[in-house]
Amino acid sequence: MSALAEPALKRLRQRTRGISALSIVSAAILVIFVVLALASSWIVPYDPTAGDFTAILQDPSAEHWLGTDQQGKDVLSMLIGGAWTSLLGPLGVVVVSTVLGFVVGMVAGWRGGWVDSVLSRGMDILFAFPALLLAILAVSLFGKGLTAATVAMSIAYLPYTARLVRGVVLQERARPYVLAYKGLGLSDTFIAVRRVLPNIAPLVLAQSAINFGYALLDLAAISFLGLGVQPPEPDWGAMINGGQSALLAGAPYAALAPAVAIVIVVIAFNEVGEELADRIQGIS
Amino acid sequence: MTSTPTRARPRTVGRARAVLRRLGSLVLTLWVASFVVFASLSLVPGDPTAWLLRGHNPSPQARAAIREQYHLDEPFLVRYGHWLGGVLHGDFGRSLRDRAPVSHLLATQLPTTLTLVALSGLLITIVGMTVGAYAALRHGRVSERVVLLLVTIGFATPSFVAAIVLKWIFALKLGIFPTFGLGDGGWGDRLQHLALPTVALSVTYLALVTRITRSAMLEQLSRDHVEVAIARGLPRRQVIWRHVFRNALGPILTVSGPNIAALLVSSMIVEYAFGLPGIGQLLVSAADTNDFPVVQAIVLVLVAAFVIANTLVDLVYPLLDPTITSPQAAR
Repeated sequence: MSALAEPALKRLRQRTRGISALSIVSAAILVIFVVLALASSWIVPYDPTAGDFTAILQDPSAEHWLGTDQQGKDVLSMLIGGAWTSLLGPLGVVVVSTVLGFVVGMVAGWRGGWVDSVLSRGMDILFAFPALLLAILAVSLFGKGLTAATVAMSIAYLPYTARLVRGVVLQERARPYVLAYKGLGLSDTFIAVRRVLPNIAPLVLAQSAINFGYALLDLAAISFLGLGVQPPEPDWGAMINGGQSALLAGAPYAALAPAVAIVIVVIAFNEVGEELADRIQGIS
Repeated sequence: MTSTPTRARPRTVGRARAVLRRLGSLVLTLWVASFVVFASLSLVPGDPTAWLLRGHNPSPQARAAIREQYHLDEPFLVRYGHWLGGVLHGDFGRSLRDRAPVSHLLATQLPTTLTLVALSGLLITIVGMTVGAYAALRHGRVSERVVLLLVTIGFATPSFVAAIVLKWIFALKLGIFPTFGLGDGGWGDRLQHLALPTVALSVTYLALVTRITRSAMLEQLSRDHVEVAIARGLPRRQVIWRHVFRNALGPILTVSGPNIAALLVSSMIVEYAFGLPGIGQLLVSAADTNDFPVVQAIVLVLVAAFVIANTLVDLVYPLLDPTITSPQAAR
């Protein structure tokens, strides 16, 4: 190793000290999947929606690294193509539920009183609707597909963020720095948004990473049940559903590949989320 | 310890008041849930009759029957009143597919779901708590690390993934278990058909209960009174059973209770994967074929069951841990 590289390596080690190896691997895996998803339309070896009836139910080979399904579609291409929809849906859920949850939790925690009572009771009632059920109700009202399920799930995930934010805001509001800003005559909205929000954002980010994993599982379940992404559009949940017949016909990869992908991505999100949460608790 | 009546009395009153408040919020939640499930129909654009019957080829009589079933000629609140009244009497209307009463469909499919959930609940509780306790007692050893690794994987494994992996290994490679349906024989045959579905449904929650049991036990093990008890030379088995495990039960129950209630919902994925005739599968096929009355009824029943189960957990918790008097404080 050259002498020049050494200090850089040392710096990197110092910066990542205390982070578990698993978390670093997890973060790397997530980056790889995101890149695959973004670049999917350029890098897939075959068209993931087009079957080839001369090559059905093949075992892995040099041409088809993960084999083919019962319609002769290349499993690797479907897996990469499916990464896009499989990650986009949960991203929508997490962004919408986090933003709305932030607003609700912030208002409830900051205003207190009857506003807090009404909002908190509303959140309690939302908790009564399991995300999967709300999504199925939405799908049967507005038609199969990712959109209705994603919107419904964003609402179902809202109370998790809202409750967390409300709890932290209640603590922050009583802190000296907030009182000091108040004494300076700054408006409540300004203090809440510009001063308190940045303090609690990392905690919410950690929660969002964990929610992302759950949302991915729930949306994949909807597609698995045949109510979400519709074939031939590639999606991991739909692939597992469609791959069941190939599995029983002796070509397990069409179902097993997306299954493994889901488990790996969810483990990675859980690890990163927990690492973030640990670090934040270590700071505050 | 002796407690004087003057001390005991306010506590019981406080407990009773907390229980009443919890039951009140249960009723409120159920009522709002019923309203949401009913009112969701008015979110669809256009004429509800046409929407309800889309994909079907309705006769004028069928149209009239739908208008009557939903009282579509009357104002919204009157419609809701009719519907809620029916639901409270066990009348959920009729399926659009074959005009069968929804309550009849529910009654024939519910036992399968309940059996599956009960078997899974048993498996999760027994195995999860045993393995979790084992891991806690082997703290720092290789066996604990193995358990933790399995927990991490299990927790990220959804039931549909577990279902296809189990089908692949046990039904296809080993040929031990059937992959589809309930069988037609007696209890033995039925249990054999339910074996893989039960495991598939349990994996995620099993990991969760194992993890919670382990950390709750570890926390109790490090407490002073436990260390004193061990230092005094009390038998280890007795200390662990009486002081560690009993005190760990509270946290285990609060976290696992709601999750075991969630089994009712996850059950639909497993029923679909293994072709089991439960209400989850009924819900999925109703959503697939635009049979809205059936969707509405099952969503309502599942939400109600979920909320009631959670309330029960909240109410049982103070009985396990006498230091907590109100269910609210349990949070």
